[in-house]
Amino acid sequence: MQLVLLTTDLLFLMLMTMAGVYVWYAHRHEHLCAPWREVRRNKMGMSAAVVLAMFLLVGTLDSIHFHPKNRVTDGATANSEYSAEVLSVFDALATRMRTQVEKTYSAPFAIRAFSKETIELDNGKTTRDYPRLKYAGAHLEAVGDRHSDIAKKILVGIGLGILGWGALVAAISFGLSLATGGDGSGDGSGGVGTTFSRMMSDNSDTPWRVILSTLAIVALLVGIVCSVSPYYHVLGTDKVGIDVLYQTLKSIRTGLIIGTLTTLVMLPFALIFGITAGYFKGWVDDVIQYLYTTLSSIPSILLIAAAALILEVYMSRNAESFSSLVARADLRLLALCVILGITSWTGLCRLLRGEALKLREIAFVESARAFGVSHFSIIARHMIPNVMHIVMISIVLDFSGLVLAEAVLSYINIGVDPTMESWGNMINSARLELAREPMVWWSLLAAFIFMFVLVLAANIFADAVRDAFDPRLRVVHAH
Amino acid sequence: MTGYILRRILYAIPILIGVNVLTFVLFFVVNTPDDMARLHLGERHVTEQAINKWKSERGYDKPLIWNAAAEGLDKARETIFFINSAKLFLFEFGQSDSGRDISYDISQRMWPSLAITLPVFVVGLLLTITFALIVAFFRGTYIDTWAIVMCVGMMSISGLFYIIGGQYLIGKLLRLVPISGFDSGLEGMKFILLPVLVGIIGGLGGGVRWYRTIFLEEINKDYVRTARAKGLSERAVLFVHVLRNAMIPILTGVVVVLPTLFMGSLITEAFFGIPGLGSYTIEAIQSQDFAIVRAMVFLGSFLYIIGLLLTDLSYTLVDPRVRLE
Repeated sequence: MQLVLLTTDLLFLMLMTMAGVYVWYAHRHEHLCAPWREVRRNKMGMSAAVVLAMFLLVGTLDSIHFHPKNRVTDGATANSEYSAEVLSVFDALATRMRTQVEKTYSAPFAIRAFSKETIELDNGKTTRDYPRLKYAGAHLEAVGDRHSDIAKKILVGIGLGILGWGALVAAISFGLSLATGGDGSGDGSGGVGTTFSRMMSDNSDTPWRVILSTLAIVALLVGIVCSVSPYYHVLGTDKVGIDVLYQTLKSIRTGLIIGTLTTLVMLPFALIFGITAGYFKGWVDDVIQYLYTTLSSIPSILLIAAAALILEVYMSRNAESFSSLVARADLRLLALCVILGITSWTGLCRLLRGEALKLREIAFVESARAFGVSHFSIIARHMIPNVMHIVMISIVLDFSGLVLAEAVLSYINIGVDPTMESWGNMINSARLELAREPMVWWSLLAAFIFMFVLVLAANIFADAVRDAFDPRLRVVHAH
Repeated sequence: MTGYILRRILYAIPILIGVNVLTFVLFFVVNTPDDMARLHLGERHVTEQAINKWKSERGYDKPLIWNAAAEGLDKARETIFFINSAKLFLFEFGQSDSGRDISYDISQRMWPSLAITLPVFVVGLLLTITFALIVAFFRGTYIDTWAIVMCVGMMSISGLFYIIGGQYLIGKLLRLVPISGFDSGLEGMKFILLPVLVGIIGGLGGGVRWYRTIFLEEINKDYVRTARAKGLSERAVLFVHVLRNAMIPILTGVVVVLPTLFMGSLITEAFFGIPGLGSYTIEAIQSQDFAIVRAMVFLGSFLYIIGLLLTDLSYTLVDPRVRLE
């Protein structure tokens, strides 16, 4: 195995590390902890967080790429030790799903193809029938066994899910009992069993019952998929026979990267421009206001389209400088994030400017100025920490919008590379088959459902974060 | 007050110039006419003559901003900047890269766009405000909670799903209206119905939630407490006092989009085959017609800036405090 670090991988993993560092830092500072404790009390928010964590797990696994070792086949010597193919850890885990490629469309759980073909019979005659699929249900001896076999596999999956859930719960209980037992404040024993019953009794601050129930649902689904997907195409196959479930799971990474990296690009612009405009006022403010009004007056979709066209020209001129299709698609994804970031910083910038205008008149900033603290330190030490709640809220609020925007942009062909798995590309290619009779619905539905679950979880989590971080809204909710 | 309006108009001019310069830089400096010609004629087997011919047919063979070879004023006039960018100020959009008159196309395709966006906007706004008021009326009860859950759910569904689902359910399964197409006059009604319905439903979730927040913020103010204390019914408080005062934040969001309704909605028009400005833009993007994209960028920003101006004007009409400043 030889690791490959794509640019978006690097940035995405960096972002995850940064989030980790933030959690560690916030943990040690009471004022940063308090709003997150509020989030932790929110039942819906925590349930959404569990779902988001699952998406993040898949996305992270899919962001660690490597060149697999070349297999020596039939004595033919490979010219290098590693193959040119780029795979991710997720690909390696889902090898059977990835490699069991049928000829063309097949419905979910089907063992026969979706359209009739001319089949040559043993006696030399030909007939038109639905051919058996190459992989799905290939282990079945008789076609009639399909239903009982699927039911058996699902039962095994449920068993697996329960086992997995049990292991997770035990791990969490053990971790918690260690944490509470460590400082001696736990109620005496602090064993795993008592911790578990305390968690389920639901009188702690954290809604463990909700979290564990959500985990149970997720574990069951994962268990079923693990047990059934090597033998059947759970969500069918697409036009070129690729497993739809595999495609839609791969799309998670694309969605997550667009939702997070865009924010990373946008944040410096919004923070620096917004705060300097509000802090310095005068001509600096005028120039920055002019800048963002001009930029936001251009319809963002056209600005994105213009940038995408320019990128197209650049890529076709420098076609030889990309080592592989994957690298090319990756650069395009990164460029899309940059473009989206540049077109979307104006909203947050305006908010931060308003907040900075308010902050600069408050006594602590004034006294810092009276003490002769430099502008830079005032901004870095007094202004930025006090606008972080706005930044936090807008990061989580923007995420879901960006995931949805990807689908629309890919539909107009100015989104991600057509070779990259994404929900937009899936919808775009499935759309053409809608007129078909009977309809090919699974690809479309899979993309929509996964997108819906991710966006819904993100929206609910964003609401929880906003309620916790925005003191103004807390007043509204109190009534 | 005239001084205020005049100041706002004067402020809009440098923004338009900024937009113009930005598009010029994007389309002619970053992305030179040579690149455009190569993109259109194919990257590999293209001769220098073919590129020059393509450029001269479209007037892209002139210098960018300063023509040293020309006489007098023509030094500035016989340039790409003057002909292709500065003339946008006069709404002379020139010819598209495929040779059609852009201004004519825009004047033709504006109306189908409006036929969709206007009803979506008007009916959608009325519905959204009504629902939001009802939800605000039941605030703190189960109705409120479930309405919010529904709104978040509806917001989380991709707009593409509403379109495809609507086409499938109403157009294909129930066969009530044609799946796509367009016709002018009364005949066109049957084509307009579905996209309008889809547009309204698609915007409902986010809209209701947004306006509910506005109403709730207003409900917690002192004058509402006074109105209640004087013995007014909750309904009178909500529909007379709160609604009228909530008009100010509502106006900010509403007036700005009014002019941009002309631009149409990209995705809806593409899916329903409506020959409006939205599908015009998409076609231009897909055929890489830079001239049309440039014209649409300018038109879009112009309409947005008009929207900003109208917002300022409507403030002076609705909120007397602005007039005093």
